[in-house]
Amino acid sequence: MGRTIKLKKGFDIKIVGSPKEEILSNFTSSTFSVKPTDFKGLSPIPKVVVTVGDEVKAGDTLFFDKKRPEIKYASPVSGEIVEVRRGDRRAIAEILILADGKQEYRDLGSINPSTASREDLVKFLLDNGCWPFFRQRPFNVIAEIDEIPKNIFVSGFDTSPLAPNLAFAIKESGNDLATGFEVLKKLTSGKVHYNTGPGQSAPSLSGVEVNSFSGPHPAGNVGIQIHHIDPINKGDIVWTLNVQDVVALGRAVGGRFNTERLISVGGAVKQSGYVRTYIGASIAGMLKDNLNGDNVRVISGSALSGNGVGADGHVGYFQNAVSVLDEGNQYELFGWLFPSYARPSLSRSFSGFLRPNKEYKVNTNTNGEPRAFVNTGLYQRVLPMDLYPMQLLKSILYNDFDQMEGLGIYEVVEEDLAICEFVCPSKTRMQEILAEGMETIMEQG
Amino acid sequence: MQFLRNQLDAIEEKVKDNKYLHTTFDAIHTFLYKPNHVSKASGGVHIHDGMDLKRTMFMVVVAMQLALVFGMWNIGHQHYAAHGMMQGLGEGLFTKFLFGMFQMLPIIVVANLVGLGIEFIFAAKRGHAVEEGFLVSGMLIPLIMPPAVPLWMVAIATAFAVIIGKEAFGGTGMNPLNIALLARVFVFFAYPTEISGDSVWVVENAPNFINSMLGLGAPAGQALVDSFSGATPLALAAKGGWSNVLSQYTVSEMFWGTIPGSIGETCKPAIIIGALMLIGMGIASWRIMLSMIIGAAVMGLLLNLGGEFISVSMLKLPEANPFFAVPWYYHYIMGSFFFAMAFMATDPVTAAQTNTGKWIYGFLIGVCGIIVRVMNPAYPEGWMLAILFCNVFAPLIDNYVIQSNIKRRLARGH
Repeated sequence: MGRTIKLKKGFDIKIVGSPKEEILSNFTSSTFSVKPTDFKGLSPIPKVVVTVGDEVKAGDTLFFDKKRPEIKYASPVSGEIVEVRRGDRRAIAEILILADGKQEYRDLGSINPSTASREDLVKFLLDNGCWPFFRQRPFNVIAEIDEIPKNIFVSGFDTSPLAPNLAFAIKESGNDLATGFEVLKKLTSGKVHYNTGPGQSAPSLSGVEVNSFSGPHPAGNVGIQIHHIDPINKGDIVWTLNVQDVVALGRAVGGRFNTERLISVGGAVKQSGYVRTYIGASIAGMLKDNLNGDNVRVISGSALSGNGVGADGHVGYFQNAVSVLDEGNQYELFGWLFPSYARPSLSRSFSGFLRPNKEYKVNTNTNGEPRAFVNTGLYQRVLPMDLYPMQLLKSILYNDFDQMEGLGIYEVVEEDLAICEFVCPSKTRMQEILAEGMETIMEQG
Repeated sequence: MQFLRNQLDAIEEKVKDNKYLHTTFDAIHTFLYKPNHVSKASGGVHIHDGMDLKRTMFMVVVAMQLALVFGMWNIGHQHYAAHGMMQGLGEGLFTKFLFGMFQMLPIIVVANLVGLGIEFIFAAKRGHAVEEGFLVSGMLIPLIMPPAVPLWMVAIATAFAVIIGKEAFGGTGMNPLNIALLARVFVFFAYPTEISGDSVWVVENAPNFINSMLGLGAPAGQALVDSFSGATPLALAAKGGWSNVLSQYTVSEMFWGTIPGSIGETCKPAIIIGALMLIGMGIASWRIMLSMIIGAAVMGLLLNLGGEFISVSMLKLPEANPFFAVPWYYHYIMGSFFFAMAFMATDPVTAAQTNTGKWIYGFLIGVCGIIVRVMNPAYPEGWMLAILFCNVFAPLIDNYVIQSNIKRRLARGH
């Protein structure tokens, strides 16, 4: 039986336009993209095995890492390869597939996760494009093939602003979720933890620890949950997956690389809701006639950790949301002192704390300029971990490996410190600093 | 408003090549307008909290305003009362306030001109924006000066504090010692003969040039009243204990602040309201404030109970120091305990930065402050030295807290 964990620290950022529980559109023929840059630990120039003009089916391999050729990265849809886009220094930026709309699947064969050996199961997942679903902590890299993780964690809810309701997203997944968890159980020597949010009915999954979490953001971040269930110590390796990818795993072992999922659309849009599509979908179709204006930022992922990909971009591999925000590129007369519009803030120097449920119209303005660290207690107020974020970031800035390790760099990834970055009055780019620190340790540690 | 915007854009175009002019322009520009900067498109948050450092610092300044207004009135009240004029609290309310305001304004102007001037120059040299830290220091420095402080002394003290205390270490956020206290301690130690004794806490004979010009203040030649001493409660307590204090001031006078002292420190309710504002807004640490109150209580109580023993057996004094016997709870209303607690000890840059550290830091200040105040015959107020002392220790305290976090993390793995 799982545990019930109530977190108090944190801060919910409430934004106008949270996704309504309705389907705006279903899968249509459009472009899909797979970006090697979404996968941490993948070398920048993977071996691309398709060329422009090739017809692929969903589940056909697109590319693999030259360092770890066993891990295949598969196409989420059937259709034609229309472009292999290159970025800096010839790195592969993305591979674009024009879906034919028929969605034909390569027959993967099937495997029974309960009876197959771990070895066979791993081989099946590697060959069929399922391995990249597994992300390994520390550092959020694509899982090592030879490692057996201490535990596997799946968060069943998302507390970030404009987040999709994951319970709604997997409502119609039927038995695939349970099958997916069967796969996970085979892969770890420890436990599989499925962490559900407040008010979520816990499915009965035999052999899976179903924990119940509650609390403000970042309670839904799997990193925070790991910290409270079985924290990552030096030398530990744990894996995490998105819950919609667990469903996809369940389908894959039945024979199809079917990544169908719901992507939420929210923020400064006329109509918020969900779009039923596959991994890497084009955003243009989702936002057609749905934008309020031109001066907006279209983000794949959340307003705290997503990527601004633009209205003609694609949803990232691990992201389940499209967030649209007004750009904040306007001056505001005495805006720092007398705000001309309400804005979310942890600080009670704004009147917002009197109306905790108010939703805000936000924009991308930094609301101030970058400064040295001055304020101190704030970060601990919003981070429900036994960890000192400012001291950790400083240890990264002065490059002290022992200190980074001691202060818990193995326990966090960028999204876990995003809420600290949001509240920081000195506008410190915390996620960027953390990413640099993790990079340095991976290279030299 | 578009006119102002256009003018600013035109000026920016003109000054952008001169770094000194541009820094100055930028500081004024960002004061008038919240910049149009947007978050980066990737690698960080897209939305930011409405709070920034400017607003944080400004709120601290706002929290000091009651103490400032009362302080101005009190300068006038003390001045007139000393000369035997308008001794009632309600008499000449406006005249006293005007007198105090004109006495105070030059101090504020000088502290800010000198401090901000140095900040602007250093910011331009470094190619940084002007940081907001001095907004608070520029208000604190005048508030902790004695009313009769000469302006040149304010200028030199401010320059010393900002250059040596802050810019030498890299600017706002990097200073190990509290800037305002550094200015105060400079005045105290550099000019011991000018700024000591009982004569500096009340503006006596010579009001400053503005007041002279306007004809405010007691007429020249008006003698001080016989009973006037100008001594602060602490000076009285050091000489003769609590009964000596009561011979001059009542408890309620000390609480409400109609007594001589540094400009901002006397009115306890005004300061407590400011402190509550800061706690309510989540800007200053309630942990530091509360633990400082506890620390002072513990030390005060210890001295009450063991006064005889400590004086005679340990310090080899001929008899018990009467200051030891001042009831511990009266320590709060004498001198600048609350002011130091609300605005000095809580400075986030120089205080301990971890929550556990803040408890220890505040408690230590409380203990040390009482020790300096009571046991040190040279200087009857302890908070300035206690806070500076604990500023130095804050990184060490934090280091222990951090090390214990690291140990906890290591132990977990076994």
